[in-house]
Amino acid sequence: MKSLEELRALREKMKSQTDNRSVAGADETVIKVGMATCGIAAGARPVLEALLDEADKRKLHNVSISQTGCIGMCRLEPIVEVFKGGQKYTYIHMTPEKARKVMNDHVVNGNPCKEYLIGEN
Amino acid sequence: MFRSHILVCGGTGCTSGNSMKIYDALVERIRKEGLENEVHVTKTGCFGLCAYGPIMIVYPEGAFYSQVKVEDVDEIINEHIIKGRIVTRLLYQETVGEDGSIKALNDTNFYKKQHRVALRNCGVINPEKIEEYIAYDGYEALGKVLTEMTPQDVIDVIMQSGLRGRGGAGFPTGRKWQFAKNSVGDKKYVCCNADEGDPGAFMDRSILEGDPHAVIEAMAIAAYAIGSDQGYIYVRAEYPIAVQRLTIAINQAREYGLLGKNIFGTNFNFDLDIRLGAGAFVCGEETALMTSIEGHRGEPRPRPPFPAVKGLFGKPTILNNVETYANVPQIILKGADWFASMGTEKSRGTKVFALGGKIHNTGLVEIPMGTTMREIIYDIGGGCPNGKKFKAAQTGGPSGGCIPAHLIDTPIDYDNLIAIGSMMGSGGLIVMDEDNCMVDIAKFFLEFTVDESCGKCTACRIGTKRLYEMLCKVTDGTATMEDLDKMEELCYYIKENSLCGLGQTAPNPVLSTLHYFRDEYEAHVKEKRCPAGVCKKLLRYQIVADKCKGCTLCARNCPVGAISGTVKEPHVIDPNKCIKCGVCMEKCRFGAIIKA
Ligand SMILES: Cc1cc2nc3c(=O)[nH]c(=O)nc-3n(C[C@H](O)[C@H](O)[C@H](O)COP(=O)(O)O)c2cc1C
Ligand code: SF4
Ligand code: SF4
Ligand code: FES
Repeated sequence: MKSLEELRALREKMKSQTDNRSVAGADETVIKVGMATCGIAAGARPVLEALLDEADKRKLHNVSISQTGCIGMCRLEPIVEVFKGGQKYTYIHMTPEKARKVMNDHVVNGNPCKEYLIGEN
Repeated sequence: MFRSHILVCGGTGCTSGNSMKIYDALVERIRKEGLENEVHVTKTGCFGLCAYGPIMIVYPEGAFYSQVKVEDVDEIINEHIIKGRIVTRLLYQETVGEDGSIKALNDTNFYKKQHRVALRNCGVINPEKIEEYIAYDGYEALGKVLTEMTPQDVIDVIMQSGLRGRGGAGFPTGRKWQFAKNSVGDKKYVCCNADEGDPGAFMDRSILEGDPHAVIEAMAIAAYAIGSDQGYIYVRAEYPIAVQRLTIAINQAREYGLLGKNIFGTNFNFDLDIRLGAGAFVCGEETALMTSIEGHRGEPRPRPPFPAVKGLFGKPTILNNVETYANVPQIILKGADWFASMGTEKSRGTKVFALGGKIHNTGLVEIPMGTTMREIIYDIGGGCPNGKKFKAAQTGGPSGGCIPAHLIDTPIDYDNLIAIGSMMGSGGLIVMDEDNCMVDIAKFFLEFTVDESCGKCTACRIGTKRLYEMLCKVTDGTATMEDLDKMEELCYYIKENSLCGLGQTAPNPVLSTLHYFRDEYEAHVKEKRCPAGVCKKLLRYQIVADKCKGCTLCARNCPVGAISGTVKEPHVIDPNKCIKCGVCMEKCRFGAIIKA
């Protein structure tokens, strides 16, 4: 270890390994992917992987991504719920590409992707 | 990023409850399901709630599973990890709300009043991976010290924080470092006391097992402050997991250049070695410890010269306790004021206690100084099991004394404990209920010191032995009232004429029980009676004729045939044959057998 910068770079890299190792704080964006049998059958896993991958690439430490049980609307799966700014957004019929867009537009830039929200299509 | 973290407790308690088998089974299942990139399984140090081990916690839900068995692994994976449904039946009961929702761990009684500083990484990181320590701000304090602060700055911060030694005596850490810095020497040493000899204490062990790098980092900071380049950690060989994790940690720190030469590109060099102790209590005393590191028999020597002037190998040396060190990196990062804002006027910060004895939640707790004994025992510890009445708590182990029930609202800090005849000690806290005999407790601790006295001083070697014999006379019912006075006199004689802290404090358990529970001593002496029903020689098992239905169960179970009687007639116990094993009383379904 030759400098503090080197230590800090290593810490930044390691953070992605330890992110999500706590209960989400009030200021965190919480993302939940429905992963019951119905969700998995509809392709929830690649969606989850895309979300995790985006969080890594963008070094987002302020989001918590996890899976949840059946949300109760199996025909709309894969479903992704985003809890941000005290509001809940339910995205339906998600794909990895749509998930990446949600990460970019909504989670990072604060503009919900209206076209994927439940009730919009 | 992982979507889920499974943290399995790898502390001593849970490990002995097979938690490593659980860990292996989890890793195996995760691999089989192909979830290695989504779900991370880690072992950590102690969570504190050892009574409910083996423990694991799943994030980000924060589901706290207690008393987990290897057979439960499949259900946890199938339900929680794959389908996102928390396995409610395995949750630590207190975390389940009435409506079935899960409560945050920090809202449970056990954790609510705790404040984790020294234990902050225990149960959070994998102690065998330096990268995880670094992810949680590890070695940042060392970097800051080496690149932005002078040695005097470091000492000033520690001084201002008010940190006092957690090994027992409570000496201000900053002052100790200042003495060593001011001493001139071509070589200086930094030592860590991980001997932890108090019966029932496991705080230091848990820190070393759960967060070894915090101690290593702090020792490097101390070395920079006093101008040393070599450290030693003296740890007892009976702590194999701690020794193993420390060894791994030291090697990893060396690989990253956090120990060795030119740390952080500065001209500061520091390296660290482990020395194993054979587990003699006296080797926890500072001069004995250093003598032992030098390879000699661990015997104390007179002070002065103090170690800060002439310590290990005759060079200026500081010795601090594990927990003292564990606070240091945090103080450097968060500042003296932050630390000083916790605790009381003269005792800043927090203290870790190992809760044991007659208490519901045996385990490890860290509380701000000034918390009352009542809060620790009732709110955090859950009180005495089986609805028994709390009688006293012992702090300071064999050097300390007991705190009786009427002083339970005393705020805990160094000075208050001394004022009531006990002491902080290193943090063992043994709870006693109405079934404990206080004379017997004093005898237990004295037996320990008789064994552990190094034998150098007559007052300690022979005095403690005589004191022990007098206690035996009390519990045998052969002591007189004069003996009680003689005992007290001997106590003061031993205290005044012993060289080291062991002898000087050995009589404390006797003095404090004599002070607070004199009536119990007198009952043994005058009435030949043990009020708690513990001292066997004074016990007499009797059958109450009115209640005895003559079922013969006791007679059939007595191992020595001391009970006689015919069917359906009241039975009797022959006191000359009875060995007071208590089996008959346990077996009788009519409550006809009593201890008197
Ligand atoms: C008999 C005896 C046993 C001791 N055992 C320990 C021990 O196990 N751990 C410890 O840290 N200090 C122990 N001490 C206290 C040490 O001598 C020393 O005061 C302490 O390690 C200094 O560190 P601190 O200032 O950080 O508390 C013991 C003292 C005596 C007299
Ligand atoms: S007081 Fe006891 S333990 Fe300490 S040096 Fe004397 S004999 Fe040894
Ligand atoms: S206490 Fe034990 S030895 Fe005595 S009478 Fe009962 S069973 Fe027999
Ligand atoms: S050893 Fe697991 S909780 Fe203490």
